[in-house]
Amino acid sequence: MAENDPFPGEDNTGHIWDGNLRELRNPPPRWWMLGLWASILFVVGYGILYPFWPTADGYTKGLLGWTQIEEYRRGVAQVEAVRAPFEERIRGLTAADILADPELTQYTVASSKVLFGDNCSACHGSGGQGNPGYPILADDYWQYGGTPAKLVESIGQGRQGSMPAHGEILSATEIDRLARFVTELKSGEPGAEDGWSLYRAKGCVACHGQEGDGVVVRLPNGDVITVGAPSFRNGIWRFAPGGYESARYTITHGVNQPGRPGSREAVMPDFGASGRLGEQEVKKLAVYVHQLGGGL
Amino acid sequence: MSEQAGRREPDGVEALYAEAGQWHVNAGGETIHAKRMPGRWRRIKWLTASVWLIFFLGPYLRWDGRQAVLFDIPHRQYHLFGATVLPQDFWMLSLLLLFFAILLAVATALAGRVYCGFFCFQTVWTDVFTWIEERLEGAPAERRRLDRAPLGPRKVGLRAVKHLAWLAIGFLTGFSFVAWFVDAPTLWWTFFTGDASTAAYVAVALFTVGTYLLAGFLREQVCFWLCPYARIQGVMLDRTTLVPAYDERRGEPRGRLRKEAGGAVQGDCIDCHQCVAVCPTGVDIRAGQQEGCITCALCIDACDAVMDKVGRPRGLVRYASLDELEGRSTTPMRRRPRVWVYTTILATALAGILYGLASLDAIELKVLHERAPLFVRLADGSIQNKYTLKVLNKTGEDMQVRIRVDGPPGLMLVGADAPLLARHGEVTPATLFLRLSPAALADESLPVRFVAAGERASGETLRTERESVFIGP
Repeated sequence: MAENDPFPGEDNTGHIWDGNLRELRNPPPRWWMLGLWASILFVVGYGILYPFWPTADGYTKGLLGWTQIEEYRRGVAQVEAVRAPFEERIRGLTAADILADPELTQYTVASSKVLFGDNCSACHGSGGQGNPGYPILADDYWQYGGTPAKLVESIGQGRQGSMPAHGEILSATEIDRLARFVTELKSGEPGAEDGWSLYRAKGCVACHGQEGDGVVVRLPNGDVITVGAPSFRNGIWRFAPGGYESARYTITHGVNQPGRPGSREAVMPDFGASGRLGEQEVKKLAVYVHQLGGGL
Repeated sequence: MSEQAGRREPDGVEALYAEAGQWHVNAGGETIHAKRMPGRWRRIKWLTASVWLIFFLGPYLRWDGRQAVLFDIPHRQYHLFGATVLPQDFWMLSLLLLFFAILLAVATALAGRVYCGFFCFQTVWTDVFTWIEERLEGAPAERRRLDRAPLGPRKVGLRAVKHLAWLAIGFLTGFSFVAWFVDAPTLWWTFFTGDASTAAYVAVALFTVGTYLLAGFLREQVCFWLCPYARIQGVMLDRTTLVPAYDERRGEPRGRLRKEAGGAVQGDCIDCHQCVAVCPTGVDIRAGQQEGCITCALCIDACDAVMDKVGRPRGLVRYASLDELEGRSTTPMRRRPRVWVYTTILATALAGILYGLASLDAIELKVLHERAPLFVRLADGSIQNKYTLKVLNKTGEDMQVRIRVDGPPGLMLVGADAPLLARHGEVTPATLFLRLSPAALADESLPVRFVAAGERASGETLRTERESVFIGP
């Protein structure tokens, strides 16, 4: 066609229709074409080195053997390498020792945030603010003690409260009187005399203590022994929403009474003995919980 | 065939093909060898290009025993003379970017692509590269002849020297760039003993190759096809923008200079093509403002020289706005609102940067109020709020920092008995609590102010403070 091109010198492709409509040659610049070929070569190289082609039962692995999970593991190993010296240092220490060292406390708190989120915050809230039925960890009232050692114990071995259901043991009037009595104590009143005598006579005193503050025995050195029964003296309610109705319900149905529908549930699972967390992790969590606001 | 010939429309299709033939798309098919002419704008161009000497010499400035400007990436510290900027101060960077973005817009709106023509590294480096080419290989005509000549000893020699010179400039460019990020005198030693970091070698290699290719070969193709700024300038220019422009009313109809008078009426343009010959991007300014024009004004020099020779007034090609060329009224710059709006934005951004640099504290305090829970009631009835304090120590020494708090009477600070050891160049966190009895809680939210104070080894006391709130039921 090009031999009898009626439009010489115009650099058309030789495709001519109707004698005058023709396709002109307008190639992309050479550097552009070089870029195109270079990128095709890149894909070939990439396909050889990296996972690339799907096969019937998987994919080609590539010469470099790169995988996503390996890259992830390397990242995790990097984090662990940074943490290793600190982990080594706190291995031989108790939770109280760690709390005595600001730098180790900083490390433990920073590295335990994920542990707390994974294991604790579902019930106790992201900042230890508590939830209905689950105690607040950010305040300074602890039914089972707030020292680092006690916290390790609570996390490691769990806690299970127990209170008999008094619905059938006490009369409705007595339940009503006791519920009003503990509500008064909570709001800071000294408590009426008939309330106190009923409280003592019906055996509440055995667990909730002589003063209604949850302390069963006060040791000479200032330590206290509790059985985990809450105090009525600090305005902090164990079960939501708190107040008269709530107290009456708890007295009637009890806490953790098997076979009693409606009984309050108050169980802290054991995280250590069950094997869910290691000793080191329990220790770190105790430090974390301790600094939430109310560790003793 | 005769029938087909009868259907031909000589003025329609053929006119289109004729026009297509004139559409010259510069896709780098042939190297542009622009002629170099002395002149006023040529001098200005060298002056503005010399701004880039700062890029080459800046790293060797010293201040207080260290490099005056050092972007220390491994230590996340940026030294600007006396000031040290940490990543925390990077809000200033956004102001800096705003400043330069607006500056670019202003310059373009008022006087076209001033940046492209006079300051852009692509323009400047290409200019230097072609200057070397001219010194070695001669004027454009000789260069074209050399391009076509077969490979001989002379051509090989000239080309080798030229490419080596280009590569040397590329290397210096890369080296100077890296020198802003590491101690420059040390780099001269470590780089050649093989002790510099891999990043330094990679950066220098990339810059050497990049400079060599971009300024040696791609040249105006970068402005045509790669640079986004070259393309957005179309929306930044308007009728009032001053750009190098050809005065069509004076120049047309163009035609060759004739010795004897008489004949058809002729404009001032003698169609000598000098404006095209000197253009580094190969455009014809007489076709009007166009994407290829980087407004370098070299065509003004060329045309003025010719006008002087033929005895006609200068300024056939000159800096002029479209309004001026079309004979409309023009407003002086200082009376245009746009100039003032732009100036205000520029001044604000600049003031922000200066304020930021002037008020850089050596220690800095951040206070995060715990949100879950906002407050807790303690066993004794008092209300407690939890705070995470972050003390940033920008000095070069570790420091004991004491924290205290100003707030409503009765406010108790817990956890700040021992001073906090703030390590230099780091953020040290601390958890603190504030307690207040409900009786003293005048409002749901009370303002409190944390104050951190530390003492340097020199005895100088550093102090910084931060507002927060105390929240109650």
